[in-house]
Amino acid sequence: MHNFLDFEKPIAELEGKIEELRHLSDDGEINIAEEVAKLQTKADRLLRQSYARLTAWQKTQVARHPDRPRFSDYVADLVEDFAPLAGDRLFAEDRAIIGGIGRFRGFSAVIMGQEKGADTTGRVKHNFGMARPEGYRKAQRLMRLAERFNLPVICLVDTSGAYPGVGAEERGQAEAIARCIEISLGLRVPMISVVIGEGGSGGAIAIATANRVLMLEHSIYSVIPPEGCSSILWRNGEHAQDAAEALKLTAQDLYKLDVIDEIVPEPLGGAQRGRREAIDAVGDAIERHLFELCRHDGAVLRQKRRDKFLQMGTKGLS
Amino acid sequence: MNWISNFVRPKIRALVKKAEVPDNLWHKCPACTQMIFHRELEASLKVCPHCGHHMRVRARQRLQLLFDEGKYTTVELPETQIDPLRFRDRKRYADRLREATATTAEKEAILVAHGRMDGEATVIAAFDFAFMGGSMGLAVGDGLLAAARLAVMQEAPLIVVPSSGGARMQEGILSLMQMPRTVIAVEQVKEAGLPFFVLLTDPTTGGVSASFAMLGDIAIAEPGAVIGFAGQRVIEETIRETLPEGFQRAEYLLEHGMVDMVVHRRDLRETIINLFRLLRDKRPPAAVVQLPQTGTGSKHGDSTGGTSADGTV
Ligand SMILES: [Zn+2]
Repeated sequence: MHNFLDFEKPIAELEGKIEELRHLSDDGEINIAEEVAKLQTKADRLLRQSYARLTAWQKTQVARHPDRPRFSDYVADLVEDFAPLAGDRLFAEDRAIIGGIGRFRGFSAVIMGQEKGADTTGRVKHNFGMARPEGYRKAQRLMRLAERFNLPVICLVDTSGAYPGVGAEERGQAEAIARCIEISLGLRVPMISVVIGEGGSGGAIAIATANRVLMLEHSIYSVIPPEGCSSILWRNGEHAQDAAEALKLTAQDLYKLDVIDEIVPEPLGGAQRGRREAIDAVGDAIERHLFELCRHDGAVLRQKRRDKFLQMGTKGLS
Repeated sequence: MNWISNFVRPKIRALVKKAEVPDNLWHKCPACTQMIFHRELEASLKVCPHCGHHMRVRARQRLQLLFDEGKYTTVELPETQIDPLRFRDRKRYADRLREATATTAEKEAILVAHGRMDGEATVIAAFDFAFMGGSMGLAVGDGLLAAARLAVMQEAPLIVVPSSGGARMQEGILSLMQMPRTVIAVEQVKEAGLPFFVLLTDPTTGGVSASFAMLGDIAIAEPGAVIGFAGQRVIEETIRETLPEGFQRAEYLLEHGMVDMVVHRRDLRETIINLFRLLRDKRPPAAVVQLPQTGTGSKHGDSTGGTSADGTV
């Protein structure tokens, strides 16, 4: 059973009917199978239609969907012999960012990303995927490790943003993010980042200053959450939908702006309805880009990464 | 405070109020609410003579305060896309830009200038908070890249003076992309072996603090400046607690090891010049060096102490 979003109500109703009919079929009175198939076709069509034209706000909801595959799901399916590595060696272990070395489709690689957590306990443990400075300093450490052993860096981005807290500020949240970007820009190994859910502002770009930046079809990537933008520019929180639209935070818009390199398609009805498919599609895309990037030597990779960001902003939406 | 500030000034203020002198001759300090006569405020570099509160200064005044004799030349900034997203909230972004240009008489939230400090070529990029809160979009990012190129070309140190609430959200993701872009600017200066200083002024927050502003070889902050990543309201809403006294102020950051020093506005120029000299003139001056005598084959340290025998240096 799915957690349905607001705009999925008609689909939820259809699926509810199908469920009822399936129970009726136990009576064996009428041929229910035909009716179920008909309704299923209708539900699929509705799903396809609504997912083909999601608004920016609907995409925001899909991107935050609790059933979407998270960092740990990708690692479980795509990475063999994963050895998670803990701690920033300075202050603490921040479980909002998980990282380590593992084998991705034959490549030894450093793999890291924000983990939002699966249930209440998990969400608290991982601080809802909102990292403190320690998380970003761990990321820096892992990037340096990748550089030292000539391993590619794969980052999966899924965060509403860096954690806004007193301790995080005291320990230099801004510096930790800035340094993460600096180290990313200096890397002489391939770096690929994929936004799998929410790409929230500075907390996202800290691990997304990569040679290739990909986004799942219904993920979002924004300078500020639509709710925050609404309360600042509209002076109240009621214009999140307008803000989402105005911010151009969808994968489709960002692709047009040349900010991302590829959109990874999601299965019908979003990654939350076809977790395995979504994970495999992300894996295939990463593998393809990894093969391309491995052809270049370190200095070229570094230069190309810089050039990519220097060129950004020349292209508009029109 | 002396008799004049404690007694005479309030008297004058009372008189002034009665006489209804135009308001703009008197400024009210936002920190201590005392009135300050405009000439006095200019003379004190916009620092409250009563409580030492550092008020924001415009980019042009900042440049004037730092360069030798207050002289500098601004650089024409590269042309960038205007309103790339055709952004509209309650107002069109294009209109907001036009208004900002009209009220500030500046084209953007940054000024890049070259001039001299201590007689040496120096490049300074100063943010103008009056222009849309000093927010960083494409034009500001390109401005910082231009400043870095100029510094490298002139083999000059670069000083950046942020005064910014962060990224300009009306440029959406492209404003976020100025974070890596400005970090590249910093890297270019550092790779050329040149000093990159940041002078953190009120405010330095959000995407500006989390990029170039935290990567200075030396980080100097003005007293009382708000410096941090997350906005205070966002933090309060998240943790549901009131924030500690002085939170995110320059002195608080100094205490937590995030800046090198907090320096009064009147001492900034001298402080920076001293640091530049220390990084530039790395050896003892010729006048005090005792050169080993040539041709004698004497080992190092053999030359006699005191003044050299033949008077050469
Ligand atoms: Zn005052």
